Amino acid sequence: MELYELTVHQLVNLLDKGEINPREIVDSFLNRIQAVESKVKAFLTLDEDRAREEANQACRQAGGLLRGIPYGLKDLFCTRGMRTTCASRMLEDFVPPYDATVVNRLSQAGGVLVGKLNMDEFAMGSSTEHSAFFATHNPWDLQRVPGGSSGGSAAAVAAGEVPFSLGSDTGGSIRQPASFCGVVGLRPTYGRVSRWGVVAFASSLDQVGVLSKDVRDSALVMNLIAGYDPLDSTSVNLEVPDYTVFLDKGIKGMKIAYPREHFGPGIQEDVKETVSEALKWFEENGAVVEEVSLPHSEYALPAYYLVATAEASTNLARFDGVRFGLRDEGAENIIELFSQSRANGFGAEVKRRIMLGTYALSSGYYDAYYLKALKVRRLIWEDFQKVFGDYDLIVSPTTPTTAFKLGEKLGDPLTEYMTDILTVPVNMAGLPGISIPCGFAGGLPVGMQIIGKAFAEGTILQAAHAFEQGKGLRNQKPPLGVN
Amino acid sequence: MALSLAEVEHVALLARLTLSENEKELFAQQLGAILEYVDKLKELPTDDIEPLSHILPIYNVFREDHCRPSPPREETMANAPLVEDGQYRVPRII
Repeated sequence: MELYELTVHQLVNLLDKGEINPREIVDSFLNRIQAVESKVKAFLTLDEDRAREEANQACRQAGGLLRGIPYGLKDLFCTRGMRTTCASRMLEDFVPPYDATVVNRLSQAGGVLVGKLNMDEFAMGSSTEHSAFFATHNPWDLQRVPGGSSGGSAAAVAAGEVPFSLGSDTGGSIRQPASFCGVVGLRPTYGRVSRWGVVAFASSLDQVGVLSKDVRDSALVMNLIAGYDPLDSTSVNLEVPDYTVFLDKGIKGMKIAYPREHFGPGIQEDVKETVSEALKWFEENGAVVEEVSLPHSEYALPAYYLVATAEASTNLARFDGVRFGLRDEGAENIIELFSQSRANGFGAEVKRRIMLGTYALSSGYYDAYYLKALKVRRLIWEDFQKVFGDYDLIVSPTTPTTAFKLGEKLGDPLTEYMTDILTVPVNMAGLPGISIPCGFAGGLPVGMQIIGKAFAEGTILQAAHAFEQGKGLRNQKPPLGVN
Repeated sequence: MALSLAEVEHVALLARLTLSENEKELFAQQLGAILEYVDKLKELPTDDIEPLSHILPIYNVFREDHCRPSPPREETMANAPLVEDGQYRVPRII
């Protein structure tokens, strides 16, 4: 067994026993990156020198939990001295003067930042093909997408290039790639984790979360990143529990609901079957499993695409060619400077969403589209509230299909948007959700989504861990044709 | 139904985005298709529903008005494409 194959908690365990040192860990992962990165293409920026230097530091001083353990970041977390591109030409050369709060927290715990991971440009997309630089490949089948928008973060963990990574989830951008790549992806409750220093897409929906090889690692990393941050006024000042305490509590007596709308037409048959098998496991092991209805489910996706694009169109107004980012040198007046710089800096999907959002907010259409979507948002939220009056958790497939082929959905935005149909309701309601591997269909990983009440990440991790241990589905490794 | 080119141009101006002729044609079609899809929302009666803009019971967050150190100007301006005398340079506005 090589060190790069281990989980964070296994590495911590070996460090505690003094059997390995940080340099050996970092070297093992850097070697793994050298071996597989040309196939997977997960990294936009890789800084081996910095990683080795940080490993040396970790060898010299006793440190936090992660002393010497490498990690990667979706390339929308600001990192002092390391460029943060959002996979966009607009920010190709942007080097932030500060670290995001979550980056600070991981550094303080001794984590070693290896590099920045590929994504759909400005987190807009479900395949990572909308990166302005290159596509990332799914380690389980290199002809397929890793999902998105945190596709690099999921692929790097699946390929053993890093033991964990951070991503962001606005409409499923952590859970969907986790599902496609056969890893664990946790999107915490809106407000649970600081977003300071994270480039914004849709501010009422964005949340930072973890991609890891198993559920215990998610709990460990959540312990480090969750909590109030005075620099993010949308972060919530609520005590953070030790998430590892929940892991071994089991699922006896837990009440689990599965919404019939999430097992309906449009969901790939063998995906449905695999998740139904998982539900059977919960039932056999002492949970109460019952069918419920989330009657407004089919309205979540259209409402989401209005809310998300409206917020994106305002958030991305900051890219004007003046203070940072790409600038059109030939512009003769200020409107031209803005409009040309943005035309040159943004890719097609980002432009499309800015256009849609601007339209939805424009005079004459605001009530019909944006306001309407916010009203529907309340109906979606109420659906969840009702179910959570009687149940602890809601379970469904994470995605309607397994990973699709590269290029398959390019050129048809609406079809690509549909891949988010099971994940966006969670964002609209601000709830926490996890995707964990629950089996394979046609040789590709299938993800199960477990949704909890607001701030009940512990309950989610409890059920996820019980299932993972019970079914022996942790830390599955794609072949990748190298040793 | 596709948007008209005039509508696309109007929205592009509001969004401060220069579009090529090809992009205008493409977005007219694609935005039309997406809007047709989101029109599904009109099926739902929502007259008496309060809009929900975010899920936290937070409205305004205030802090004490104390002076705090700022990052140095050179650092914050280091990413600017065009700077002169410690200021951002833009084309003439007035």
